[in-house]
Amino acid sequence: MARAVTQQRKIINTAAAWGIGLLIFFPILWTILTSFKTEAQAIADPPIFLAFDWTLENYAVVMERSNYMRFLWNSVIIAGGSTLLGILVAVPAAWSMAFVPSKRTKDILLWMLSTKMLPAVGVLYPIYLIFIKLGILDTRTGLVIVLMLMNLPIIVWMLYTYFREIPGEILEAARMDGATLKEEILYVLTPMAVPGIASTLLLNFILAWNEAFWTLNLTAVNAAPLTAFIASYSSPEGLFFAKLSAASTMAIAPILILGWFSQKQLVSGLTFGAVK
Amino acid sequence: MATQHSRSAARLMMAPAVVLLLGWMLVPLIMTLMFSFKKYLPLRGGDLGWVGFENYVRFVSSSAFWPSVVATLTIVGGVLLITVVFGVLLAILLNQPMWGQGVVRILVIAPFFVMPTVSALVWKNMFMDPVNGLLAHLWKFFGATPIEWLSQASLPSIVMIVSWQWLPFATLILLTAIQSLDSEQLEAAEMDGAPPLKRFGYITLPHLGRAITVVVLIQTIFLLAVFAEIFVTTGGAFGTRTLTYLIFQRVLESQNVGLGSAGGVYAIILANIVAIFLMRAVGKNLDA
Amino acid sequence: MSFKSALCAATAMTLVTAGGALAENLVIATVNNGDMIRMQGLTQDFTDKTGHTVEWVTLEENVLRQRVTTDIAAKGGSFDIMTIGMYETPIWGANGWLVALDDLSEEYDVDDILPAMAGGLSHDGTLYAAPFYGESSMIMYRTDLMEKAGLEMPTSPTWEFIREAAAAMTDRDNDINGICLRGKAGWGEGGAFITAMSNSFGARWFDEDWNAQFDTQPWKDTLEFYAGMMSESGPAGYATNGFNENLSLFQQGKCGMWIDATVAASFVTNPNDSEVADKVGFALAPNTGLGKNANWLWAWALAIPGGTQKEAAAKQFIEWATSKDYIELVAENEGWANVPPGARTSLYENPNYQAVPFAQMTLDSILSADPQNPTVDPVPYVGVQFAAIPEFAGIATEVSQEFSAVYAGQQSVDEALAKAQALTNDAMEAAGYR
Repeated sequence: MARAVTQQRKIINTAAAWGIGLLIFFPILWTILTSFKTEAQAIADPPIFLAFDWTLENYAVVMERSNYMRFLWNSVIIAGGSTLLGILVAVPAAWSMAFVPSKRTKDILLWMLSTKMLPAVGVLYPIYLIFIKLGILDTRTGLVIVLMLMNLPIIVWMLYTYFREIPGEILEAARMDGATLKEEILYVLTPMAVPGIASTLLLNFILAWNEAFWTLNLTAVNAAPLTAFIASYSSPEGLFFAKLSAASTMAIAPILILGWFSQKQLVSGLTFGAVK
Repeated sequence: MATQHSRSAARLMMAPAVVLLLGWMLVPLIMTLMFSFKKYLPLRGGDLGWVGFENYVRFVSSSAFWPSVVATLTIVGGVLLITVVFGVLLAILLNQPMWGQGVVRILVIAPFFVMPTVSALVWKNMFMDPVNGLLAHLWKFFGATPIEWLSQASLPSIVMIVSWQWLPFATLILLTAIQSLDSEQLEAAEMDGAPPLKRFGYITLPHLGRAITVVVLIQTIFLLAVFAEIFVTTGGAFGTRTLTYLIFQRVLESQNVGLGSAGGVYAIILANIVAIFLMRAVGKNLDA
Repeated sequence: MSFKSALCAATAMTLVTAGGALAENLVIATVNNGDMIRMQGLTQDFTDKTGHTVEWVTLEENVLRQRVTTDIAAKGGSFDIMTIGMYETPIWGANGWLVALDDLSEEYDVDDILPAMAGGLSHDGTLYAAPFYGESSMIMYRTDLMEKAGLEMPTSPTWEFIREAAAAMTDRDNDINGICLRGKAGWGEGGAFITAMSNSFGARWFDEDWNAQFDTQPWKDTLEFYAGMMSESGPAGYATNGFNENLSLFQQGKCGMWIDATVAASFVTNPNDSEVADKVGFALAPNTGLGKNANWLWAWALAIPGGTQKEAAAKQFIEWATSKDYIELVAENEGWANVPPGARTSLYENPNYQAVPFAQMTLDSILSADPQNPTVDPVPYVGVQFAAIPEFAGIATEVSQEFSAVYAGQQSVDEALAKAQALTNDAMEAAGYR
């Protein structure tokens, strides 16, 4: 460092960043707080910030009413399965685009992204009919496939950009040493791309976790994930803010915790090739 | 390096992804095209035969069509503007030395983990409600008349909710880019007496060009499809009916699949116009 | 599986089969309202009695509607029983999508179902869905505020009286709004209210040739009266208020009057949630002297989609959930005020239930609604706050969005009616009526 930052400037930075950080986080914090209130306290006028009778009743009600673990498990399987499957399909494609580029590589990449622009609701009936025919309505398999296809363009793109950062000489050196294509991908490329693959995994896990159109419309009982869980609390007759907050907290907590633990990974890998 | 052998191997490895996506695109696309030329009413017995371009004419001549295109572009444009501008500022701030940087970073990216449905419900019920919402209490505290967010400022409200969700994404990517900025260059400029604004304009911003391109491109894809936020908050009232929402109304609320499919074709056209425009404007930055 | 447990399972299978009824697992789609949640808690009673188990898919009303409609139209077979309303039942019944409920058991006593409900859930005289609970709408008002204003609520007031009373009760400084009404867009929200209200003003959706009627004077009168009254005495932001928003306002003591679903009566009189539980009075929905009150008629009902493999078990469940015994079961567990109302005549003859303060007014409201003749002038459709045709939900949602824009001050009554007229006629043309 050429110059020490003054203490004063550091204090200002800290105050500003914490202020803005808390402001952005506040809606989530408020939801979590509300989940510990009674329904009457949740709409109290003026609003109560902390000085209320903390209660776990809302969580008890939600746990009793819904099979939370099943929704959670379905979310994990669907989001995890679609992401892993997507990476399996995308790694070879991204590899070949990055290391054996052709004139059409850019076009193919942009075309892949453009497949995400078809409005989902327009094809609800066709997809629904196909799902019935294949017998995969309300199965996790069906959703894993759909969400994998939905996120595949993003996965391919992310991986492609990481692979491009890897200098081709290293691969050539490996080839000189007699490595086969399989070995090259497995032992040379993959270890180098681990940060990229990890953040691709994370980002797509989040996107799949939060997907709420197909997961809601193609499931009933067996495969319904947390998005369906939320739909059973969203606006019933009567007062519901506190219970909704509890359900919301339960729906976002797992992914929030995962995100917090892995945020370093996410930050370092989430470049989309934007860093040069 | 690219031998004939590796070229064909490359094609082979690309094949699964390309074939899958081709199927995923073509099957629905062909079905959408087919339905759009049919009178298809599920509640009246389903397929009632071919009708030519009737659905296309009807969809585009409905008084809801142009306002919905405008609403779509307003939301996409508004959110992009807010997330990019505030994303850059936040990224610069978060890159400064401070205490508790890790924790602040977590606080800032947290909204990205929240399901769109949940965030829309939280904003609508607990913040924007004109009587019981926190914002209404805040306004009253300062002696002002609370704003009726979702009716009187409906589009800005939705832009605000969606921006809250996507700001973390923009910030993250821009932060990663800023971290790779050569700090010596900045310091040299500072030594030379360049004011902060100039340093930002001549060094930081050009460096962020690629990252901004990526943010704009990825977000546009997701923003064109914004749905849950509108479904939960206004249900398409007060001028917040986007093209996606209009198609939803035609397909599911009116149960007119043919008409909705024609709308779907228009939506694809709009998305491609936006995409071409984006490519022209920022595509060079991509260097793919 | 060990040999022993396999043998046990086989024996159990034989026993169940021999008993005549295979134990089935029923998948039931339902709405997340309080009465249904209560039913989920009591399902064990059904399992004990029949051996069948039940899995619930509980969804918010709008999501449920799109989910079950897609499934039944595509013949997806995801559900064995669907919770649907008075709007869907006749349409789906006419399409032959539902199993007719014409062979229910003797002890079920199908004739005990309130005739208005049975009528609304039938097509061509055949019952296609059994009402779980039914509702009309009525006035709920604050007796203390009414007294303070020096007024007395008649049993069947006129709109003029309501408007005057609302103005008299309004006290902006103390955050009291004379009247709270639904203004939220959506055919089942503000759309339902304004349609029921328009009936009392002599308006109608369609004439007998399916021409939209928004260019007629009664509609203009309705909207102008509503918007005028609400700007004088309604709460801030009423253009986005639906059932829930108004319920919270009323329970917090911020409304003098509220005209809404009769089921709300049990919420506003419940001291656990309501600050005004002991100060609520009830009256019939208002009129203008033309012979129709501004109340609607609705039922949440259970229906079996055609093609299910589990028809017999599904019927058993419907008989259980909508039976007199079930009402008794709820009364035992939760008290009489919490039983599902509005479905059976015998409930209103039960002295235990007659002691509930809102019971009689609920029944009177239900009896005064007539889905077969909902309007002053004749109409080609059935339904009070809706027209039971497949296109209605879509059209009415768009129309109510135009109306909500009026409430929010974004357009004039005339503009909204002109747009409503155009879009309704356009949609009816697309559907082939005109």
